Amino acid sequence: MSEREPAPVALVLVSHSRAIAEGAVDLAGQMAPGVLLLAAGGTEDGGLGTSYDAVEAAVAQAVADGRSAVVLADLGSAVLTAESVLDLADPDVASRVRIADAPFVEGAVAAAVTAHGGADLDRVLAAAEHAGTMFGGDQVRPAAAEASADDGVVRGAVTLRNPLGLHARPAAIVARMLAAYDAKVRVNGANAASVLELMKLGATQGDELRIEVEGPQAAEARDALVAAVEEGFGEV
Amino acid sequence: MTLDVAWAVDWVRRSADAVAEHREELIELDRQIGDGDHGENLNRGFTAVVAKLDALEEPPGEIGDVLKLVATTLMSTVGGAAGPLYGTAFLRAAKATAVPELDTKGVVALLEAALEGIVVRGKARTGEKTMVDAWTPASEAAAAASDAGASAAEALEAAAQAAADGAQATIPLVATKGRASYLGERSAGHLDPGARSTELILQAAAQAAA
Repeated sequence: MSEREPAPVALVLVSHSRAIAEGAVDLAGQMAPGVLLLAAGGTEDGGLGTSYDAVEAAVAQAVADGRSAVVLADLGSAVLTAESVLDLADPDVASRVRIADAPFVEGAVAAAVTAHGGADLDRVLAAAEHAGTMFGGDQVRPAAAEASADDGVVRGAVTLRNPLGLHARPAAIVARMLAAYDAKVRVNGANAASVLELMKLGATQGDELRIEVEGPQAAEARDALVAAVEEGFGEV
Repeated sequence: MTLDVAWAVDWVRRSADAVAEHREELIELDRQIGDGDHGENLNRGFTAVVAKLDALEEPPGEIGDVLKLVATTLMSTVGGAAGPLYGTAFLRAAKATAVPELDTKGVVALLEAALEGIVVRGKARTGEKTMVDAWTPASEAAAAASDAGASAAEALEAAAQAAADGAQATIPLVATKGRASYLGERSAGHLDPGARSTELILQAAAQAAA
């Protein structure tokens, strides 16, 4: 996807620190190479703080070519600066930008992976904001009790082969790959569209993944997922 | 007597002087309960504002033009939360003062617009140990003075005094907004740096009108 045009939703990562903003871009970019990720961290002279001009420039670049953008900001003044930029921006620009109420790093990763799948603005925003509840002790809901075979759910099971299991890179591959199908996929009860839920399973080599899929393309989605796991995500 | 564009320019220059003079004090206040950059940031911002004023070929026609220059420059150069907060305050104030001269009611409108900008941007209320605790009584005092028939200069004097009292009143408060809120109870016993800088800026406004 990296050789094509960037995804329709870009991310702007606004931090008090240039290193934090650029680090978050690196981290999210590794898992979502098809998304335009822009860092706006620190003051003009590289100190701690936020630069109105840098945020304004990043937002302008993010929404160029008709894209929308989700902004993630860390500390209070980063949020205030981002809000000020949108207040003063052209209404056409402001209407295509949302500021996520989300944890900076986790939100950036979740939003980037969702954006990579081609999701629209609302879905990317929701992915960022949902990341805030992922680390608050909420457990991934267990899979529904096994239902009868004619409940419309396509099932499968596959054993993880790659040594490090469902870590960040494979989780991102799964979430991205499944975005192409009109299907709702759960892996061991976790929403497979969410890279964070997948990572939180902590599944390692030798673990069995139980797959449950609903939707018009359920069988195709299951087959693609099984194939990717059996190939060890290119790590074996 | 009304206040003109020269007053607005003088206000801004006096604010820059006051912030420069109290830079260390603001840094120390912020170091106690925040991240210690308030004095540095605000001084950088107002220094840039003065440089832009100096570079103007001719004085602006309206008071709002001066305040808008302050707003956009502070937003671009301050770096901390004070940038968008004061920036929005001056921007709202600029919209309320698109006139060459201000009477007492105009001063009240300026202060009310500035307070509204800070509240909108910072989402703080009174009692949370922020600059709102200085701006709110200042705005109310100016309105009361206006009702009592005060001049524009007298209304600013009342506002500056009320801002000073409001700033002092932040000392016992526990911060629930802004960086100081991370300290919780330990923020009590300290003067809020944003309330203190508000006091300095409104004092400058009153002095320029005196």
